[in-house]
Amino acid sequence: MTGHRYQCAFVSQVGYARPMVTPITPVSDEPASFTALLAAEERVEPRDEMPEGYRRTLVRQIAQHAHSEIIGMQPEGEWISRAPSLRRKAILLAKVQDEAGHGLYLYSAAETLGASREELLDALHTGRQKYSSIFNYPTRTWADVGAIGWLVDGAAIVNQVPLCRCSYGPYARAMVRICKEESFHQRQGFEILHTLAHGTPAQHRMAQDAVDRWWWPSLMMFGPPDDASEHSQQSMRWGIKRFSNDELRQRFVDMTVPQAEALGLTLPDPDLRWNPERGSYDFGEIDFSELYAVIRGDGPLNRQRIAHRVGAHERGAWVREAASAYEAKRADVRGEVPA
Amino acid sequence: MSDWPLWEVFVRPRRGLAHQHVGSLHAPDGALALRNARDLYTRRGEGVSIWVVPADRVVASSPEEKDAFFDPAADKPYRHPTFYDVPEGVPHL
Repeated sequence: MTGHRYQCAFVSQVGYARPMVTPITPVSDEPASFTALLAAEERVEPRDEMPEGYRRTLVRQIAQHAHSEIIGMQPEGEWISRAPSLRRKAILLAKVQDEAGHGLYLYSAAETLGASREELLDALHTGRQKYSSIFNYPTRTWADVGAIGWLVDGAAIVNQVPLCRCSYGPYARAMVRICKEESFHQRQGFEILHTLAHGTPAQHRMAQDAVDRWWWPSLMMFGPPDDASEHSQQSMRWGIKRFSNDELRQRFVDMTVPQAEALGLTLPDPDLRWNPERGSYDFGEIDFSELYAVIRGDGPLNRQRIAHRVGAHERGAWVREAASAYEAKRADVRGEVPA
Repeated sequence: MSDWPLWEVFVRPRRGLAHQHVGSLHAPDGALALRNARDLYTRRGEGVSIWVVPADRVVASSPEEKDAFFDPAADKPYRHPTFYDVPEGVPHL
């Protein structure tokens, strides 16, 4: 438990206007101080009173987000030793390191709500908490590394930018750091695909094949459609979520289509076309049964991802034990009682 | 294994600025907390100096008594320069 934590506001200057939130009305266990903070668009900090449901929702969401960063290291990590040049290898290594860092920022944010690191890792390893389904798909070729950076990180950015204004201070601050670092991730992916798309015909085909496979799963990253999203309404009211799943998905499509044109690649959707009345692109129907199947555990690589993660944790146990033993010995020499 | 202790991390972005809180991490001791903080919070040259402080050693004011605690400053507007009337045209004041 870290119930009494002191948190400094290191990022408090993000200005915002809330576009579309229903009026705030207190429910059952909502402390008046909490309702007042939300009404004033002020941030909730770790030691403030908050409803249990708010705390639980945040722990679930932040943990799932942290787990996604940690599991997300695997599909790209597989390509570090096979990157086509030293430049690409150094860049990919830095990107995967960033993902580890993002996971750690987020675990720290979840811990300000009273979760322990050990509990969170255990929940990931035993499947009690989820991670983003997108990381259960395989990275078959080098072009997949490009497609992940461009589409998966691109979708993540669209999801994450509004979270920088989330009502919970530590989560919002972690997201500011993450968003700053993500933009390099998306660009490096775009650059990989641009190089392949303008290379030999075989390279172009490889790039197109990767985009064909990653496009629909990327659209599913925004979650179920609004009318089927179970947590959305409450999260909006609490200022955790600022835009609906479908709004963010549309924003991503509108941003991505011109980028695909610049790459000289097509997006695998025959129904994708500009709708001048809406000022947005219409797109085809998403097969959400696939998303639900992957969430249930029937994606291509669910079992392998968790097995790999648990294996890495177990193989690292001796390092953690040795470091603890070393510090215990030194504390003993200093005459301290070990914590 | 139970969790290693939690450390709060403060980074000085550059000379002339104060250390600022940036987040927290787990480490078995201060030396490893510093190294982990370097890898976690300064991957892009965000700092020239780092402090790590055991989280359980931070003493903090309580949000519940916020109003009473900060009350002594609330009714002293004369501590601000804008409190004072200055005649038109007086220079350098």
